Amino acid sequence: MELSRRTFLRGALAGGAGFSLLGFDLTPAVAQLKELKIVRATETRSTCPYCSVSCGVLIYTIGDKAKNVTPQVIHVEGDPDHPINRGTLCPKGASLEQDILNPRRLLKPQVRRPGSDHWEDIAWTQALDEIAHWVKKTRDDTFIEKDAQGHTVNRCEGMAWIGGCTDTNEFNYLVVKTMRSLGLTYIENQARV
Amino acid sequence: MSQATLGIRRISGHAGPAPGEDVERAEQVCKLIDTTTCIGCKACEVACLEWNGYTFTDTVFDNSYQTMPETAWNYWNLIKFNEHEREDGSITLLMRKDQCMHCADPGCLAACPADGAIVQYTNGIVDFQQANCIGCGYCVTGCPFDIPKFNPATKKMFKCTLCVDRVSEGLEPACIKSCPTGCLHFGSKDDMKGLAETRATQLRENFGFAKAGVYDPAGVGGTGVIYVLHDVTNPEAYGGLPKDPRIPLLVRLWKGPVKWLGGWSMFFGVLGVAIHYLRYGPKIPQDGHDNRDDSAPGHRDEGVKP
Repeated sequence: MELSRRTFLRGALAGGAGFSLLGFDLTPAVAQLKELKIVRATETRSTCPYCSVSCGVLIYTIGDKAKNVTPQVIHVEGDPDHPINRGTLCPKGASLEQDILNPRRLLKPQVRRPGSDHWEDIAWTQALDEIAHWVKKTRDDTFIEKDAQGHTVNRCEGMAWIGGCTDTNEFNYLVVKTMRSLGLTYIENQARV
Repeated sequence: MSQATLGIRRISGHAGPAPGEDVERAEQVCKLIDTTTCIGCKACEVACLEWNGYTFTDTVFDNSYQTMPETAWNYWNLIKFNEHEREDGSITLLMRKDQCMHCADPGCLAACPADGAIVQYTNGIVDFQQANCIGCGYCVTGCPFDIPKFNPATKKMFKCTLCVDRVSEGLEPACIKSCPTGCLHFGSKDDMKGLAETRATQLRENFGFAKAGVYDPAGVGGTGVIYVLHDVTNPEAYGGLPKDPRIPLLVRLWKGPVKWLGGWSMFFGVLGVAIHYLRYGPKIPQDGHDNRDDSAPGHRDEGVKP
């Protein structure tokens, strides 16, 4: 059988077209992935606010801190460079994003009056004034100058101070200075660990 | 949308092998779950929800510490709490992190009829592509671990992705990162197997767990999630972990020999019809008015003229 150049090319083309039609495709198969939601997000180091272990966390916010961007938290996870937790978190810490983005998050001061069964909104100025008023009144009422043996003690047992784990050394220094000057003895600041 | 893609080793419902399945060599990734150091804190559950953007839904209380009876389409990672009676009569809690096992030979993928709805990436992760999913639920039949779950709102199947979005970018899965006791590990399959064997040996020799061992079932070709168990001879005690998981025989037959036979019988059927037509020509109707002798084939209409 005589095989001309023309016939050969024609046959090769027809065969190739046929194979392509039948689904022969040598391009490696790939699948699209869900995008990594924290790519190029701003990474901010912080401390978990819950217990006194004070795990380091990374807070991811949208945008690159450019002037026209309002950063919003999109993800929180453990800080692998933090010496305490090295990236791990407990279930409470792992849910920190829901602590920040939460419709029930408290955004203004509230007060529950003695005998009341509900919380009411209160202005910041009024809250500060009332706190000052009650601190003054409680201290005046419960201040002890001398104990039963006649020793000078100058203490106030009617109040206590509780701090949180995100309080810094400097903040705690000021807390202790202020509270001791009022005569407080019950001071807790989670700095014992 | 993301432009990130990953090479595929297997595709569901696809004629022939995945193109280019062997052109890319990738490290096989693996999760190691050491059930002996799990404290059941559920940090992995929360981290999974947070990363994948789901929120807690209503659940039921069934006198257990378990969050819900089983994993759900929007709850891929569940610690199963199982009360277990020791030989001396005392009670212990066996805790196991339940999620997709990312089998090397995935039953869901074998059973899936939709082209490209289930893929196995070159790094071993088995993932659902919801865009191609037709919601038939055959993957549930194929899965020996009862993992794929149906979302009735979107009519698609969902399960753990082994955080493929993180892993493809070089990060570890969210659950692994959160674990505060370090009972979860992540790395290459070889490294995890070595680590698991070391821990199992330690348990056998120093801690009195004579039957401690590694759960990496061969029936599904090994898994991308392996366990260290106190008692590897009784994995059922850990909330129904099958002792010898296999792809169901019906799925194997249906997607193997039966499909093959069906394909060939269709091919030979068409071929037979074609040969018959060439050899004997078209069928000629033989009714009472047919004057066969006078009418040649192709002119049979003449025979029924009034």
